[in-house]
Amino acid sequence: MNRYKNLNPLLLVCLILILSTALVAGGCAEEPAPEPEEEAVEEEVEEVEEEPEEELIDDTITLATTTSTYDSGLLDFLNPIFAEQTGLEVEVISQGTGAALETGKRGDADVLLVHDRASELELVEEGYFVDRYDVMYNDFIFVGPEEDPAGVKDADKALEALNLIADSESTFVSRGDDSGTHRMEERLWEDAGIDPAGEDWYLSIGQGMGDTLTMANEELGYAMTDRGTYVAMRDNLELVIVLEGDPVLFNQYGVMAVNPDEHPHVKYDYALMYIEFLMSDEGQELINSYTVDDEVLFFPGYGLE
Amino acid sequence: MLDLLDGLIEAFSLIIALDPDLIQIVFLSLRVSLTAIIVSTLLAVPLGTLLGLKPEKKTRLFNKIIFTFMGMPPVVGGLIIYLLLSRMGPFGVLGLLYSPSAMIIAQVFLATPIITGLTMVGIRAKGSAVEETARSLGAGSYLAAWTVVREARFAILGAVITGFGRVIAEVGAVMLVGGNIAGRTRVMTTAIVLETRKGNFELAIGLGVILLLLSFIINSVLYNIQKGGKSN
Repeated sequence: MNRYKNLNPLLLVCLILILSTALVAGGCAEEPAPEPEEEAVEEEVEEVEEEPEEELIDDTITLATTTSTYDSGLLDFLNPIFAEQTGLEVEVISQGTGAALETGKRGDADVLLVHDRASELELVEEGYFVDRYDVMYNDFIFVGPEEDPAGVKDADKALEALNLIADSESTFVSRGDDSGTHRMEERLWEDAGIDPAGEDWYLSIGQGMGDTLTMANEELGYAMTDRGTYVAMRDNLELVIVLEGDPVLFNQYGVMAVNPDEHPHVKYDYALMYIEFLMSDEGQELINSYTVDDEVLFFPGYGLE
Repeated sequence: MLDLLDGLIEAFSLIIALDPDLIQIVFLSLRVSLTAIIVSTLLAVPLGTLLGLKPEKKTRLFNKIIFTFMGMPPVVGGLIIYLLLSRMGPFGVLGLLYSPSAMIIAQVFLATPIITGLTMVGIRAKGSAVEETARSLGAGSYLAAWTVVREARFAILGAVITGFGRVIAEVGAVMLVGGNIAGRTRVMTTAIVLETRKGNFELAIGLGVILLLLSFIINSVLYNIQKGGKSN
């Protein structure tokens, strides 16, 4: 700042003008300064402070999320809008929920969008994550071959459907990858009192939702899937919906930031901006407005009343 | 670093515990890859020999095709086999997709060009000199060819080792056509991918260590055979 002392006042005024113009923001048009030297210093400081709010941020944040949000196209819809408003580019790592949580715990991401409510709350409790919100929900459906060998179409409860599939020993393809979808499927089997692991008709493939549907399609088997992935892939599948609408199949998504106390290097401020964006009225409306083939895939807020 | 250490500990505890799932995965990996290599060798060595004995000019186009296939990304090879075996594909009626047979077919498809190409190069290096000598000693075409193969046997063995290294470590194709079904088509590489995705890094790196150990044992055996041959 000392170098300003050598400048003549006229030059200094010019400098202030140039700075103000460059700032685009209106906040710089202030009263003419009685003491130009000090004013210049203040201008400098102000410029630095205001940049993050007034200007677009030229940076990235890393979002660890599940394959379902990514494959459904929702993030390709939301993230560019967020980037337009803030300048922040969102880099998406799409994994199973188990892996996404692990990525977050290790500090390899800044913000998470996942769906395993119980685990999420537990990890917040343990201090790995902060600022968790119930951001949206979608629902799971059962799909199977048109012929429906197990007769699942006659059932209207998920547990009943699983019993029918097990009793008829119909092929069932499971994610088997510790994802949120897989964890939910496991809980349902448990509630149905069936242990399908190791059965000939139960294929645990350790792959994504798309791979699972592809295999179910090939093997004329059943699968449990989120509606979004199914709708997105429907054109390439012969599978039909055999069960939907059972409230136990609602699937709550949470958004949360990696705890900066655990990992000081994470971009916590930007993570908060992303969370605020999703939770804002505008963000919630955007989520509700996203459709594929005229079907709403994600519903805003909390779905497990 | 801690993860790597944990992985090593995990690897040894898995080996010591003789975990039945692990043994099943290891045996399936070996069964699939060894079968594929035997089939590939039976196809590729005669073909490579035939090409190697012909003048380079006559096989130029064929050489280029083989060299191209040698560098084919495994997942592309897997995709081709997948489309052929899919229910919608021309061989869908066989119902082979998502079976060890499909994985063997994909690996044969990947390994055969490698073994063919390297055999051809090895045969060509020994060249027509050996063949001419054999013929001058009164050998017929088949015997002369056999003589060249015998002379080039170490190059051929090297080709087979390279092919085996490629398929045992390959993940894209077996994931696609095998489907990574637990207890049925899950092999070491697909299991490693799965455990990594699940965030079980210790188990993943443990499996990786076991894969490396297996590879080391097999390569040592083959290397010793090769070396033994040279000292004769």
